[in-house]
Amino acid sequence: MLKVREIVDILDAQVLVGEENLELEIYSGCGADLMSDVMAFVKESVILCTGLVNPQVVRTCEMMDIKVICFVRGKVPGENIVELAREMGITVLTTKHPLFITCGKLYDAGLVGKGVWD
Amino acid sequence: MSNQAITLHYDIDAVDFSAAGEASSGVKRTLNQLGVNPAVVKRIAIAMYEAEINAIIHAGGGAADVEITPERVEVKISDNGPGIPDLEKAMTAGWSTASETVRELGFGAGMGLPNMKRYTDDMKVESKVGEGTVVTLIVNINS
Repeated sequence: MLKVREIVDILDAQVLVGEENLELEIYSGCGADLMSDVMAFVKESVILCTGLVNPQVVRTCEMMDIKVICFVRGKVPGENIVELAREMGITVLTTKHPLFITCGKLYDAGLVGKGVWD
Repeated sequence: MSNQAITLHYDIDAVDFSAAGEASSGVKRTLNQLGVNPAVVKRIAIAMYEAEINAIIHAGGGAADVEITPERVEVKISDNGPGIPDLEKAMTAGWSTASETVRELGFGAGMGLPNMKRYTDDMKVESKVGEGTVVTLIVNINS
């Protein structure tokens, strides 16, 4: 388990919206650029790490009750995406690390993602 | 929840892709307000969102009709698109006919129909080539 606050430190990430979730506990992670692949993955208390930047990333998280998104490779989402996340109570982070390194750092820190489908 | 069925209708517009998911979002909100178990709401929301996206990327939009009773939620997504020539193939995880543009938007992974099946208690696909497709998704509220 990692708190969102710890994830921000580990990934040297910026919080674009959703500071209220910094104490939230995250138990598993999902790294994908295809949203249907994300939706094939149901676990609880998830962070989604993705290089895809569009409003459908936030919509996908809304449907799946995912509360934290981290955009990788230094991508910064547009204001429309941040605003939608704000409405949904979803925290948005951005990190300079690529997807593989992002996932590796989180796994190494203990986010090994044992969930309901394992 | 009262015993009467609640029906909802949404037009699914394909012009603005950033608006895709608004129908599913509306249904999710309604189910949450009705106090339906969050795990059940999530299954309906994911399956409907996949169907909504499919109507947009493959058929140029369509319509969603939802009926909520105390026992179950039935979502019918209908379109007037090209239809599905080989349903068996379309149900195979990873199989996709989506364009490169659609993939760049994060869809077309070939998981849409398999995901719908996975998250529903019953699913029906009626499709005629050249006429359109109707996908019916049923989730039992107490499942």
